[in-house]
Amino acid sequence: MSRASVEQSTPLVQLQDGGRFGVRHLGVTQGGAADWLSMRWANWLLGNDLNAAVVEITFGGFALLIEHDSCLALTGADLTATLDNEPQRPWRSFSVRAGQRLHFNTPRQGIRAYLAAPGGFDCSPTLGSASTVSREGLGGLQGDGNALVRGDTLRWTAPTQAPRQLPEKYIPALSLEQPLDLMLGAQLGEFSGQALFDLFNAEWRLDSRADRMGIRLRGPTLGYQGAGLISEGIPLGAVQVPPDGQPIVLLNDRQTIGGYPRVGALTPLALARLAQAQPGDSVRFKPVVQHVAEREYVQLLKRLSTPA
Amino acid sequence: MKLRVEGVAVDCLMLRLFDDINEAHMPWLIAAAQRLRALFADALIDLVPSYTTLMLHYDVLRIDGAQARTLINDALRDLQPADENSGRSHALPVWYDPQVGPELSRLARRSGLSVSQVIALHSAHAYRVFALGFAPGFAYMGLVDPQLAAPRLDTPRPRVPQGSVALAERQTATYPQVSPGGWNVVGRTPVALFDRALDGYSLLQPGDRVHFAPVERAEFLRLGGDDTALEALA
Repeated sequence: MSRASVEQSTPLVQLQDGGRFGVRHLGVTQGGAADWLSMRWANWLLGNDLNAAVVEITFGGFALLIEHDSCLALTGADLTATLDNEPQRPWRSFSVRAGQRLHFNTPRQGIRAYLAAPGGFDCSPTLGSASTVSREGLGGLQGDGNALVRGDTLRWTAPTQAPRQLPEKYIPALSLEQPLDLMLGAQLGEFSGQALFDLFNAEWRLDSRADRMGIRLRGPTLGYQGAGLISEGIPLGAVQVPPDGQPIVLLNDRQTIGGYPRVGALTPLALARLAQAQPGDSVRFKPVVQHVAEREYVQLLKRLSTPA
Repeated sequence: MKLRVEGVAVDCLMLRLFDDINEAHMPWLIAAAQRLRALFADALIDLVPSYTTLMLHYDVLRIDGAQARTLINDALRDLQPADENSGRSHALPVWYDPQVGPELSRLARRSGLSVSQVIALHSAHAYRVFALGFAPGFAYMGLVDPQLAAPRLDTPRPRVPQGSVALAERQTATYPQVSPGGWNVVGRTPVALFDRALDGYSLLQPGDRVHFAPVERAEFLRLGGDDTALEALA
């Protein structure tokens, strides 16, 4: 058994895993790491189940006191982490010794860092998952939906094994310079021609209203010409357009069904990149069709399931 | 029923079966969901039913989009509606009172009925659960008598207490846990609607029928209800 105690935290530091599945028909949200790709690489670095419980640290403000010698892995955003006073870059595993302090400070690149431990952090999964969803009171360390707080103890039981190194070429590009792939679909055909033009030609700025439910974007007004909708299931990454014409990309903690028209959904890779963007950043979209998006997604998943 | 299948995400297909909200669609949606669950088996990650649609989220490492579409066609071939009585029936005790249901008077005013007539009308019908969503165990039920149809509140409440029974347009619902909400609250039930200890987690499931049974305050309290005024909890 290894342990670390939480000395500093925020409501945006939470246990997450691959998500809560098989219960969405009951109105239970999907949850799970917002940047699912970085989460999986963090687990991959330690030879864990790829969806084992990790700590999702958004923006920083998190500090751990290590109580046993062990090994941890860090991926995703660079939150200027330090182990004692030694800088810790993401995308690698590293040894920790009892008495050392691991601090996450402020974002240098990206906003969400993922910290993994051998075998995953212990918790009692609720409805099959560790994913913390505060509004549903599900998941997290105690299963009550709470974020990590000062005084909590993180535990992990698996022995430290020889950690892997992640080849440079597999480190996902978190930058937003390349457009985000948006799979066309849903009610796209009922938006105005101008809206379709603007969707793929405008720069979309991330609004400050962004959380794990969704990210609002600011740009030209997208005009919807169709009829009102009857609520239907909403996939992860769906881009919905409420009556104000400003799109919202729906993330892991979105509601399970909804009635706003949608232009499609971001691909999983695009979603992972968007999850690392901060308010004020700009993104562009590029259209992609389902079978192409599917092929790329399967390739990505297969790469993750292959040892280096 | 005319089926349309659309890709809505890399690993999700939307099955559109109907164009309107109608109780008569439920036996078809339930039967289709059962067949799809059986045929997709381990390749199914989630199936999200709603009033007119079924969304399938599947594992792309097990099947691709083309195979998923074939499975859907197989599942829906010669589909027969589920038995009319296949869902469960529930009687939910409700304390209808302005203290826990501040919109009773609004509904009375809008409809020209008395508060007791509003209560009688709301509790006269066995409602069908169309879909679960918004929050765990939150069941959208209908259809409510047109006389009680009322729009959502202009300003949603930040906290609607657990067990609140509410209406919006021709639908009704109960809040399984405290949450924000803009529906017209008319009463409160002491029954737990979503509980990890419950078999199936959610008391109400799509296709179930729900009858609201008015009870007095004493009975509500005896059943474990919390009679704290809504305003005090809001």
